[in-house]
Parts: sequence; structure tokens; C-alpha cells
Amino acid sequence: MSTLELDAQTQAGPPRGAAKAAPRVHHRFGDPAFRVVTLVSGLMVAIAMFTLAGVLIYNSWTAIQELGLSFLTTVAWSPSSGSYGALAALAGTVMTTLVAMVIAVPLALVIALLLTELVPPGTARVLGTAVEMLAAIPSIIFGMWGLFVLVPFMQESVVPWLTESWFGQVPLLRPGPTFQGGGFSILTAGLVLAVMILPFITAFSRDVLLMVPRVTKEAGYGMGSTTWEVLRRISLRYALSGVVGATFIGLGRALGETMAVAYLVGGDFQTVPRSLVDPGTTVASLIALQFNEATTKLDVSALIYMGLVLFVITMVFQVLAQIWLRRARRTTGGRA
Amino acid sequence: MSASAPASGHSLRADGGAPALAALRPRSHARRKAVDLLIKISAWAAAWFGIAVMLLIVWEVVRRGIGAIDLAFFTELPPVVGEEGGGLGNAILGTLVITTVAALIALPVGFLGGVWLAEFGRNGRIATGVRMVANVNMGIPSIVVGVFVFAALVKPLQHYSGFAGSIALAFIMLPVMARTTEDILNLVPNELRESGLAMGVPRWRVTLGVVIRAARSGLITGAVLATVRVAGETAPLLLTALSSPYWLDGLFGPEGFFGGPTANLTKTVYDFSGVPYERMQELAWGGALLIIVAVLGLNVLMRLIFQRGKEW
Repeated sequence: MSTLELDAQTQAGPPRGAAKAAPRVHHRFGDPAFRVVTLVSGLMVAIAMFTLAGVLIYNSWTAIQELGLSFLTTVAWSPSSGSYGALAALAGTVMTTLVAMVIAVPLALVIALLLTELVPPGTARVLGTAVEMLAAIPSIIFGMWGLFVLVPFMQESVVPWLTESWFGQVPLLRPGPTFQGGGFSILTAGLVLAVMILPFITAFSRDVLLMVPRVTKEAGYGMGSTTWEVLRRISLRYALSGVVGATFIGLGRALGETMAVAYLVGGDFQTVPRSLVDPGTTVASLIALQFNEATTKLDVSALIYMGLVLFVITMVFQVLAQIWLRRARRTTGGRA
Repeated sequence: MSASAPASGHSLRADGGAPALAALRPRSHARRKAVDLLIKISAWAAAWFGIAVMLLIVWEVVRRGIGAIDLAFFTELPPVVGEEGGGLGNAILGTLVITTVAALIALPVGFLGGVWLAEFGRNGRIATGVRMVANVNMGIPSIVVGVFVFAALVKPLQHYSGFAGSIALAFIMLPVMARTTEDILNLVPNELRESGLAMGVPRWRVTLGVVIRAARSGLITGAVLATVRVAGETAPLLLTALSSPYWLDGLFGPEGFFGGPTANLTKTVYDFSGVPYERMQELAWGGALLIIVAVLGLNVLMRLIFQRGKEW
């Protein structure tokens, strides 16, 4: 608001006079020029995304015309036998993402609670930074670590234990027809994804929990509520839309994560996994693993089509996330 | 659970206490305390779980990678399959060049865009739209950016190149830099802007000379972190810079930055980690160690030097 008034003042300019000629030139050309240069840069950010969408659509057109929407309902990706399908990959994407979300969301919420309510600000900063460092580790390193450490552990200890105990009778944990020991599986990829998206959901949840008015929470404490009751009855009431937004941010990340999943999910491009311990693939990892195998024009176009599908899916969740986060900022009185 | 507590006021009066006090007194005190304690314990456990996983990963990378680090690691070409010795010199150089060019493209544009959002656009309709697109943009999977640059640059020119890799990384950096710049400039108090303008200084000089100078350390931190973040990216490079067993040589030749596939650290690590040759795997872990030291080291360093606000 005050900037508008300031603009008016600036445009009014200094008093006229020969001695002031030089600064007036600045006022007349400097400000508009600066404004235009920065505006163009700002618009570039937006233009970049529309260019991306346009290029993806243009280049997948061959595949869209050839395969249409049956691309999404055909199971197998096997160009050599003429089968261009995204369904196995889509199913794997949904399954790995769900595993990751089920684990990461509750963990992130309680960590956010810890950082905002339970420890003094100094400790919270150290702990928060440590958790955030997880987000700084590149995806490929999660993948390598998973490949050399987690896969053997899952294969030798966790999955045998799971399948031999009563868990092995639970539908999604009972080994399916493509079971290969469970080391490379939806479950392994989902576990690593959970750790990877944990810092994102934590950071966004913490930010919205911090926006809950202090007074409201203190009223709760004053009534004798426990920390958990204040979180559940007061903070989450206020911040629920923000937590939903944070969840969608994590969801979008998990959907599009490539390298770590490519290492761990097993690379079965032909079947919809029947079980979490079966191998599978995801849209993102399929693109990464199959791109250099693509030979014909249709192969490439179909992979770009796959990229377009992934783009649209993640866009939907990112937009939802932004809408919810904005709603949270509005209800808690933060900046829109 | 304790959800029934508020409705229990009447029954509590039987306790004999004053009605007002009784209404406040919970029925199952022990249970509420227990639930609360359970949540607190799980909160600590969750935080330590996250930190422990990070330390485990760092430890594993250090343990397996430290042996590969010597002078040759930085100066020599990778060995051919089955050979001993060699290093990742070409890949390290390639990653430095690709990332630097990406930063040179994205940082100025992102920075100016952020200035516009914070100083001019503010809560206007265009700025709200741009901000929304930038936020959404940050969530686009990096592999999709790779596919985009492949379609826009690699396919028409019919060859992979380090430059295409730079463009992909720049694309990822752009919204990050714009939003970081905006957030940091918003922390600068309006009084600073007003006093500059009151002196009769033009707006653009106030912005550059006062506002940005005041936010300088935060802006540098933001720029470095945005750059470091993309330096560890692999997925977009798979489809753009690809990889090369040779040194980067010139600009437009088949081994040049614009002319052909360019070796880079992340893609080489990815390739070498999957082959059954001990030396190559060792080099892959060495590369991973270099990446993790650079990324985590710079992250911690920047945070220590310029502690952003006291938000936490």
C-alpha cells in the first residue's frame, strides 16, 4: 500500500531547475527502465513453464495421435513388442507414493510439533536444520545408499520376516506373482521416498504451525490442555489447510522423484504390481531408464508423452498445494 | 481417547469440588498425560530417526568413498573397464562448467524477477500469478525438465550437449532464485525504502543501493544454495548432457560444450555404481562423497555464516 504512495511521490520528482537536470533524467528513464527489466525477468519465470508445457505437447503429438488415451490404460511398456502403455508405471507411482506418504506424513507432523512447541527456539533451529539437511542430499545418493545398504537388508531380513509372519497373509504384503525376494520392490522405493519427502512436509507443516496465533494456543494451555490436545484441537484446526498443502507438496515430490526410485523399484515395466514387495516401476523412473533405449520416432514421442502425463499429474498436486497453503495463510492472518 | 472430557462436567460435580473447578478438571487425567507423553516421545523419536538416516547415509558414503580420493581422482580420466587407477577429472570439470553456466543464466534473471515480485508486483494480479507459477514450477519433477530440454534442444540439434544440461539446470534454478530473492527482500523493513526515497533518490537506485545492499548476505546465501542444489541433480542430465569418457574440449567440436555429450559427476556416478567392476564402484562412491561434501558442506557453511532471521 505504502509503495503506491511512494511511487506517486517519486514521479512528482524534485523541484525544477537547471542544476537538477541530471537526477531528473534518472527519474524519467531510470525507474521505468528498471521496472521493465525486472518485470520481464519476473514474467520469464512464468513464460518458462508455459514453454515447457507447449514443447511437451508438441513433441508428444505423434504419440498422442497414434496411441490416444489407450496409452493410459495399456499395461505394459515394451516398445520392441509394440506395446506402449503407462498403466504399470502409473500403478507403481501411486503405490510408491502411498507408501511414502503413509510413513512420512505422521512423522513430519510430530517433528513439526516438536520444533514449534516442545523445544526452545535454539534447539529447534539445530534440530530443524539437521532434518532439513536430508533434503540437501542429492537423490542419486539416496539411490546408491538404497542399492548397497537397504536392498540387501530388505531382501535378507525385512521381507522374509514380513512374508513369514502373519503380515504375509495381508493382501498387499503377500508376495505376488512377480515376487523376486523383495529387495528391489515398491516397498523399498517407498521407504526411501518417505525419508526424502520428510524434510519438505516437516518444513511446510512447521511454517503453518508457527502461523497459529500464540494467544489462541496459550488460551488452550491456560485451560489445562496438554501439548497434544492443543495441537489437535487448536493448532490443527487453524492450520489444517496448511498441513494439507504441505502434504500435497510432499506428494508432488514423491510422484516425480526419479533417480532414487530408478535404483530401487526393480524396473518391471510390464506388470501392475500385486503386492508392495513385488518389483515395479514409476513414470519418472521409466522415463529415466528407457530414454536411451528409445530408437524409433514413436518411442521417443511416447516417452515425451509419458513426461507430459507426469507433468500434468504433479501440476495438479502442486496447484492444490498452493491453494491450500494460501488458504492457511489467510485464515491465520499471514501474508497471502 | 480424551475426546469425551469436555462433556463430563456434570458427572464430575459428584466429586464434591467447586463446580467451576470441577468443570476444568479432566476425567482421565492419567490417560491424557499418557497420550501426551506418547506423542512427545514419538516426536523426539521421529526427529532422531530423520537425523539418524542422514548420518547413516553420510557415514556409508564416507566409508566407501574415502579410499578413492587422491590426486589422480581429480586429475585423471576414468579407467576403461577392468583397468585400475584413473579418476573422475573430466566429470568434475564438466559438472563445474555445466553448473556455472546454468548459474550465469538463471541467477540474474531469477534475481531480477524476485526484485520485481517484492518491489513492484507485490500483491497485484500479475505478481500473484507469477508467484503461483514459480511455486508450482519448483515442484516440477526434474526428469520432466530433462524431457523438455531434450525435446526443445537435443532433438532439433540432434546431439546431446553440456549446454543443454546447463539449460535444464538453469530452468530448475530460475523459480527458486526468484522466490528466494522475493522472500529475502520482504524482510527488509519498509522504513529503509522510505528514507531512501525521501532523500530524493530514484526508486531503482534505492532498490539497488539500499534494499539489496541491506539484504546482501541473504541473497548470496540464496544464490549459493540454489546453485548447490542443482549441482547434485542427475535426472535432467541423463537426457541432456549425457556423459562422455573424454575431457571437455573446446566449444563446438564433438567433445565441446555446445557440440557433444559432456562428462559430469552425477551421471558418471550413476553409471559406475551399476557396473560390476570394483574400481569403477570405488570411483562412484568417491564421486558421491565429493558431491555430498560439497552440498552438505556449503549448506552448513552458508547457514553458519549468514544465519537467516530467528524464525525457529
